[in-house]
Amino acid sequence: MSADQEAIKDVFSSFFLEQTGPESARNSMPLGFDVKAWKRISETGAPGMGVSPPAGGGASLSDLVIVAEEAGSQIAPLPIVDHVVASRVLEKLDLLEEEVLTGTLVAGLVVRPVENGVAKSVPTGAIANRLIALNGDKLLLITDEPPNKSLPNHGDLPIAHREIKNTNVVAEGKEAAEIFDRALNEWKTLISAFLVGITRSSIEMAVNYVKDRHQFGKPIGSFQSVQHGLADLPGLCDGARLLVNKAAWSGDKEISGEIKLTDNEISDFATLASMSLIFAGETSLQATDRSLHYHGGYGFSEEYDIQLFYRRARAWSQILNNPSEECLHLADLLLKDSEG
Amino acid sequence: MDFELSEKAIDFRSQVKKFIENNLTSEIISNMHKTGTFNDKSFNEALASEGLLAGAVPGYGDRDPVELYLLFNELEKAGAPYDGLAVTMLVAGIINAVGTEFHHEEILNKLLTGKHNCCLGYSEPDYGSDVASITTKAEKVGDKWIINGQKMWTTMAHESDWVLLLTRTNSEVPKHKGMTMFLVPMATPGIEIQPVPTMASERTNATFYDNVEVEDQWRLGEVDDGWSVMGIALALERGVMGGTNPAVPLLKHVLNWAETTPDKNKGLMINNTLMRERIARTAIINQVGQLLTLRAAWIAATGGMPGVEGSMAKIYASEEYQKVVGWFQQMAGAEGLLSFGAEDAAASGWIDYDARHAPVTTIYGGTSEINRNNIAERFLGLPRSR
Repeated sequence: MSADQEAIKDVFSSFFLEQTGPESARNSMPLGFDVKAWKRISETGAPGMGVSPPAGGGASLSDLVIVAEEAGSQIAPLPIVDHVVASRVLEKLDLLEEEVLTGTLVAGLVVRPVENGVAKSVPTGAIANRLIALNGDKLLLITDEPPNKSLPNHGDLPIAHREIKNTNVVAEGKEAAEIFDRALNEWKTLISAFLVGITRSSIEMAVNYVKDRHQFGKPIGSFQSVQHGLADLPGLCDGARLLVNKAAWSGDKEISGEIKLTDNEISDFATLASMSLIFAGETSLQATDRSLHYHGGYGFSEEYDIQLFYRRARAWSQILNNPSEECLHLADLLLKDSEG
Repeated sequence: MDFELSEKAIDFRSQVKKFIENNLTSEIISNMHKTGTFNDKSFNEALASEGLLAGAVPGYGDRDPVELYLLFNELEKAGAPYDGLAVTMLVAGIINAVGTEFHHEEILNKLLTGKHNCCLGYSEPDYGSDVASITTKAEKVGDKWIINGQKMWTTMAHESDWVLLLTRTNSEVPKHKGMTMFLVPMATPGIEIQPVPTMASERTNATFYDNVEVEDQWRLGEVDDGWSVMGIALALERGVMGGTNPAVPLLKHVLNWAETTPDKNKGLMINNTLMRERIARTAIINQVGQLLTLRAAWIAATGGMPGVEGSMAKIYASEEYQKVVGWFQQMAGAEGLLSFGAEDAAASGWIDYDARHAPVTTIYGGTSEINRNNIAERFLGLPRSR
């Protein structure tokens, strides 16, 4: 990490710790969006950080994964990942509005292709004023008023279906597909970083709990079965972070097509972004699962925070698609000559 | 951590790749599986004369640990015989760290020619993970040491000129404080080697030491301070010296198989959905294994001791390898059971071989449990549980 990146980490680590965290997640229900914290983060200029320097941003994907991990570590109920990705698309299309840069309008991505005129289960569907969507070979900009009402869901996210009504076609054909693919790969990379944050915090919560909780006259963290269940996790968390960082590095360099599968030399961005989402997703499932379990019955109770992390890990790791489907997409990238 | 290798490292890697292309024949590979000895002295010697071996000694010369990692990673990916080399270069690294001038001249310089090997004598029949309890005894008699005892898993003993031998020299003090390390010439009278065949093709040994007499100059490190030498050995070894990408050659063999083998339903196995999912997951495992290892190498390259990070890489790579082997053996059905040389063996027998080899990988070089203890205590800060 460069000195600048250390500084980004420090700033956002304190921001998310002070302004978000489990209390903010609880208080922002049922919408799944902490409006007050979003105003605060907007004051720092963060919603516009992903666009180019002349437009007032300048953060690379490698910088943004740091922000996303810190957001994930505090399960921030803020659409920061979607917003920075969508704002980069809007800039590319010369459609960047000042209100998006300042965070007054929330922007997001319809991560799945539109079907039959409806964008289903959009991660920021309940709150996004601007949505980028792919409908067949057309890239759409959806500018309807958001419903401000979420579909009740496992991860307390601002999920909603959005009908395609007031839309502009902003790109078509190959250009549309390329812009959308790039945006989706950035989204996968940053959501993976958010999941790494969830994983990291879940491990910390478990370790703190097992040091404190006594049974049979000892901290339960002194029992080897508990220790070994936890000892699996830091390597997975670090492995996920390394993979996400590599994807971001590749994305910043716009590396395309470098895949030597049998030599384990892979630097293609789309491939690494897909790998990141699958791996960071599964890692977060395992870490939150173990952490909740070692909290005993309290982990299951609403009062304890681990259940919030547990449910968000599941939500973010499968909101794009079922992980086996993502693996098949990855296989298509890895095995270009033999379609499945 | 940089994802882009330095130009120097890229050059080094292409030199290694070229060397492998020119020198690793299919005879060498089939011979190692036939004999069970994953060591080829002429291959090692060729590596040395190419100038690649000095870079394989951890902490020696101007090669950094990233290049050390690259060398073993390329050998591992190519399926080359590197087990003997890894142990030998590890011992070279230990000598470089704590050896005397005598050790440098008499052993290290010879190891760098590729003509000689070393083996490790830590484990005993009754003490494996609890290695600090070993009982092989070294007694000072006059100016000589007399060694008596037995070691297990002394792989490559039959190829070696020296054994790095952990002995008990003091029973009056706590067990960690009463051990001394020696480099014992294997030609010393009183040493007997018995082969121990394994369920995979590789051979290991038991070694017996009956009134083995060595001069004090063969002692490595201080008397009763063998545990510190062990600490150096473990820190040099974990993660960096191969063993963290075993599923890379496996995947190569599996892909060859899947691309040429019909699926029962239709088409080829490479088009089978479950197969494709598992190939994708294996590719992820291989990337993560590589990144965790590269990180350990980076920490070592920048002056750190990647003990915990090495444990993370070791647990991850070995346990995932076992999982992957299990997937592909099952995918191959009955033909996944057929061995090298058998007609219709899936992936020419490689799947059967990997399935036989995989169980040892979570045992040797520190069991998963020892590595988990390491992470729990030294990384998570949990209380010692033993």
